[in-house]
Amino acid sequence: MGFKRYVEIGRVALINYGKEYGKLVVIVDVVDQNRALVDSPDMVRSQINFKRLTLTDIKIEINRVPKKKTLIEAMEKADVKGKWENSSWGRKLIVKERRAALTDFDRFKLMLAKIKRGGLVRQELSKLKKETAA
Amino acid sequence: FPFPLTYIARLLRIHISERKREEEAESNQNSFAAMAPRKTPVVSRNPQLIRGVGKYSRSKMYHKRGLWAIKAKNGGVFPKHDPKPKAAATPVKPSKFYPADDIKMPLPNKRKAKPTKLRASITPGTVLILLAGRFKGKRVVFLKQLTSGLLLVTGPFKVNGVPLRRVNQAYVIGTSTKVDISGTNVDKFDDKYFAKAAEKKNKKGEGEFFEADKERRRASCHKTRRMTRRLSMQHCLNRLRQCQI
Repeated sequence: MGFKRYVEIGRVALINYGKEYGKLVVIVDVVDQNRALVDSPDMVRSQINFKRLTLTDIKIEINRVPKKKTLIEAMEKADVKGKWENSSWGRKLIVKERRAALTDFDRFKLMLAKIKRGGLVRQELSKLKKETAA
Repeated sequence: FPFPLTYIARLLRIHISERKREEEAESNQNSFAAMAPRKTPVVSRNPQLIRGVGKYSRSKMYHKRGLWAIKAKNGGVFPKHDPKPKAAATPVKPSKFYPADDIKMPLPNKRKAKPTKLRASITPGTVLILLAGRFKGKRVVFLKQLTSGLLLVTGPFKVNGVPLRRVNQAYVIGTSTKVDISGTNVDKFDDKYFAKAAEKKNKKGEGEFFEADKERRRASCHKTRRMTRRLSMQHCLNRLRQCQI
């Protein structure tokens, strides 16, 4: 047993509650037992309760409370965005966002695509069935 | 000395306006004693301090309006025009029937109905979802709003079987999908087009009427269908849907 993701300076976390819901932030300092100082390229550095954070696997190399410019450089060096978008967790979130933003027409197109895919799958399945039967 | 000068100025002004009026009277040959038509709109020379209270008193206004000058021109008396000869009034026949009781007349209602305000999300070419009626659930293209306030809408017919139809805005969801209908001409269609064919009392007449109306409708339907057919991807995809299901 053991925790794999630790709260440390440079740990990338996802905000899971509040106005900044869904944002990726970097833990830049720890205030006390419950709160961390958190920063991100597109937000003002602020404190947030650990309960509002979900830690990710990504960690970057920074000193305690770096300047914004330094932070951005470090994030680019570690390619946080790329790692996040390629991780299965990140991909799932992206898909979720896309689904929520679908219009009626998009849903229609989606339906047709699903039907088509289902048809192809069924074709292959029936081919395989024939082979095993024969 | 100011008094005589202003008096002279006034006389001059009157003289000029008099000349103008003479010219107008010459052109207007109806009656020499009639007032010349005004070239400027009537504006009160007495500004209101508060509603009902003017700035100037009666005597001041007498001077401002120049009534003294008109009187002076007419020999100290305000000019009177003989009344125009009235056309002989047609004798009014006493009515044969007077109702026994006084019936209360309803108050006059001068309101004019406007077509309902169209939701901002609904513009010509928007795809709408019908929520009620025979075609509920169908996606349909919005063409225009009729004067009655109802929305003119079409499937198009070839695509999903919804003909040119009127639909109430309340029973419709507007989607964000828009179709380009700049080519279609829907001026021909209005509420009268959808009115029921008036039935004649003559049986033979009824049959004819009905057929004629139907033909007219079919012809116009064809035209719009042809035009809306030249539209977008939406259209083709909807077709696909019909092929697959």
